[in-house]
Amino acid sequence: MAIFLTVAVIALIYIVIIQIAKASEYVSVLKGEDVSRKQNNKINGFLMVVFLVLGLFGVWYCNNLYLGKTLLSVDSASVEGARVDSMLWITIAVTGSVFLATQIILFWFAYRYQEKEQRKVFYFPHNNKLEVLWTIVPAIVLTVLVVIGLRNWFLFTGEPPKDAMVVEVTGKQFNWIFRYPGKDGALGKKYFRNIDDANNNPLGIIWDDQLSHDDVVFDKLILIKGKPVKLIIGSRDVIHDVGLSQFRLKMDAVPGIPTTMWFTPKYTTKEMKELTHNPDFVYEISCDQMCGNGHYSMRGVIDVVDQEEFDLWMAKQKPQYLMAFPDKDPSNKKDSVKLAVAPVETAGKTIAKM
Amino acid sequence: MSNEAVIHSPVEIGAHEEHGEHHHHHETFITKYVFSQDHKMIAKQFLITGMFWAVLGGLMSVLFRLQLGYPDASFPWLETILGKWAKGGHITPEAYYALVTTHGTVLVFFVLTAGLSGTFANFLIPLQVGARDMASPFMNMLSYWFFFAASVVMLSSIFVQTGPFSGGWTAYPPLSALGDASPGSQTGMDLWIVSMALFVVSSLLGGLNYIATILNMRTKGMSMTRLPLTIWALFFTAVLGVLSFPVLFSGFILLIFDRNFGTSFYLSDIFVNGVGALPNEGGSAILYQHLFWFLGHPEVYIILLPAMGMVSEILSVNSRKPIFGYMAMIGSLFAIAVLAFLVWAHHMFVTGLNPLLGSVFVLLTLLIAVPSAIKVFNWLTTLWRGNIRFTPGMMFAIGFVSLFISGGLTGIWLGNSALDIHLHDTYFVIAHFHIVMGVASMFGMFAGIYHWFPKMYGRYLNNTVGYIHFWVTIAGAYMIFWPMHYEGLAGMPRRYYDYSIWESFKQFAELNRFISTVAMIVFAAQLLFLFNFFYSIFKGRKMTSLNPWQSNTLEWTTPLRPGHGNWPGEIPEVHRWAYDYGKDGVDFIPQTTPVGADESHH
Repeated sequence: MAIFLTVAVIALIYIVIIQIAKASEYVSVLKGEDVSRKQNNKINGFLMVVFLVLGLFGVWYCNNLYLGKTLLSVDSASVEGARVDSMLWITIAVTGSVFLATQIILFWFAYRYQEKEQRKVFYFPHNNKLEVLWTIVPAIVLTVLVVIGLRNWFLFTGEPPKDAMVVEVTGKQFNWIFRYPGKDGALGKKYFRNIDDANNNPLGIIWDDQLSHDDVVFDKLILIKGKPVKLIIGSRDVIHDVGLSQFRLKMDAVPGIPTTMWFTPKYTTKEMKELTHNPDFVYEISCDQMCGNGHYSMRGVIDVVDQEEFDLWMAKQKPQYLMAFPDKDPSNKKDSVKLAVAPVETAGKTIAKM
Repeated sequence: MSNEAVIHSPVEIGAHEEHGEHHHHHETFITKYVFSQDHKMIAKQFLITGMFWAVLGGLMSVLFRLQLGYPDASFPWLETILGKWAKGGHITPEAYYALVTTHGTVLVFFVLTAGLSGTFANFLIPLQVGARDMASPFMNMLSYWFFFAASVVMLSSIFVQTGPFSGGWTAYPPLSALGDASPGSQTGMDLWIVSMALFVVSSLLGGLNYIATILNMRTKGMSMTRLPLTIWALFFTAVLGVLSFPVLFSGFILLIFDRNFGTSFYLSDIFVNGVGALPNEGGSAILYQHLFWFLGHPEVYIILLPAMGMVSEILSVNSRKPIFGYMAMIGSLFAIAVLAFLVWAHHMFVTGLNPLLGSVFVLLTLLIAVPSAIKVFNWLTTLWRGNIRFTPGMMFAIGFVSLFISGGLTGIWLGNSALDIHLHDTYFVIAHFHIVMGVASMFGMFAGIYHWFPKMYGRYLNNTVGYIHFWVTIAGAYMIFWPMHYEGLAGMPRRYYDYSIWESFKQFAELNRFISTVAMIVFAAQLLFLFNFFYSIFKGRKMTSLNPWQSNTLEWTTPLRPGHGNWPGEIPEVHRWAYDYGKDGVDFIPQTTPVGADESHH
């Protein structure tokens, strides 16, 4: 019922507008096109200024409402992201002032130079000085922005500091898998044909590679405050994207082509809860590249903790190797001492070779 | 009631000219309205087909905005319309992504490419350069019918059982290549790609024709530097299309091979849930993105340049002043056209692109801001000390400049890779390209329609409806897209079906509802325009003058309703550029007026 009512009301509005429009057309013909054009001109010239004023008020009002809900209201969660923020503010200042100046000029000119009987237009086809001026000034301003931008860009995409920890991030429809290199600090090799979800090998790790034996696979990303981290990003199926909005960075996950990204977390999750005044705050990884019908739900969680807490957590983790081969796990055997040394040699026999 | 008599009284002009001497061949209904080779009729065909798609594409956006604005509400009538795609009155994720994808494809290609440059290149090129028709009217006809075929195939894809393609309008593989990864990538994608291939053929046939006509068929005296800026803009548009669409086509061919013939151009190392490891190895998913964006970026200028050209013309005519910096305008169009080919990878800053390569693309991308700035300042100076007539066309032209500024400035943010790495694929991007490319070009198109409607149909559009249409649309467009910048600055990703599970993005539920509501109102205002358009074709106020805007260009020297061939008798000779408005105190001097002895030089 409500829907019919809505339709009826909308139809009524249409009819009213159209009738008014028709009537005004008759009036304009009766009065003469010239007269009605001048009337319309006055109304619309006035509306140009009204629109400018209301528009600028709207810009201010919108900013009031929503700036606090953006990331600009909180400090960047990564050391590098702070550079994005400062660059954002510079760019806002530059483009914002150009925006204000040109919009005001545009609507003001429209109002100011509306048709008047007595006005003689100024025949002004070109002026080289002016044209050179507004070629060179934007070029200089843009050069400054490019220089700032590229310095940051090369920092973001350059080599991470030597002491960076490494975590592998793999996207799949529709969640994330994280792999830590374990004590040896190196990730074991993997091959996509070895992927076997049923047998605890969601990444296709090659168990023949002994480096893989202490790799820890986890469904959550735990990072250390103040310690640079290098993410090695890949995908199991289609293109995904590791979107880290609080850290101000993102990078695609492309099947077959590993990508990397590094940054230094600045605040623990706990600290961010206080900074944002949001007790539910959590670092989220959003998939930012359309990856299928579950794209919107491809959510990962990051926990930033301090070193101590991280070590404690790490100590509790069981390497994926032992999940895939429970019989090799010393804690599963009563007689654990003997077997603890042995598993390495016999490991890879049952699965695909490199 | 004698109102009809009043409104339609001054019908004297041109009535007898309609059967000019150039009307030799007898036209049947089929040759006149269906398989017409008259550029003016083909233009109208493009326009009306484009409008059909604009309504459909706009309606799709209303539907998916319904989901975004009211994620928890249930609309039983949706199930009545969409069936299984809206079970229980909720649009399903499949349907949501299909709507988003089809909206994008249709608006970019069918409305703002075919509907915009298809319409106005066809309509204006012969009329403004002084030619009887296109270089090849037959190819021109084929161009429309290939577009029509593309439309039919795209439309049919909406009705297949697995749904239309739903992987985003950019159709990145592997998602678009693997039916097992997304149901929309099955039959829906086959139809999508066939439709797009037909569309490429249509664009090439049209574009080659436009170039040939502009270069070879200008009337006597119409040197390149006397061309109206509309023609220059349409010329560069056509060049962009001819050089870049084949690259897109090659990308599609490889995609077809990967989809159907087991090749691995784009596929490597893939394990699909429920299927297992695929045999493909050695391909690069990024290769497709290079091929796609090699068209994709010029494409945004293919959309924008015609609007720029028409706006330049309309601003000048209605300011009663020459366009400021005519040569600089051509130069900046040229610069944009060249740079358009050298910036495509700025869409790929976060794909793992080589950082050094990325930095080159940053430089070239921000370079585009220079010619864009020149254009804006020149438009502003054109208004300065003019005598402005606010015709509906002029209003939309001014609106275009406003939107182009607003959307263009955010391009400086996104083109700078170090900022893009934060803002990429967020609502900031949505706001940017909808304002600068979507709405701005739409405004250019409206400006063109209001301005040239009298030439197309011999009648005026209703002014009052036109003004309401303008004010609602510009206010609405800003209310929809301006707040999206803030969503983007919160990192809110695009193409999400539901934000409620996200701690980081759920604070905008109320804003999303507001945006959706405004989107519906703006859509409703477009229906008003639609009514105005079709009503005025038959019942609009008749023209009292052959040159209603007192314009200099050649199209207004033709009879009221020019037949095939445009001018009865000789094609007029051109003696001057198109922008002698207010020169030596004379309001306007048409291009056909010989230069007087005592005229000043500029």
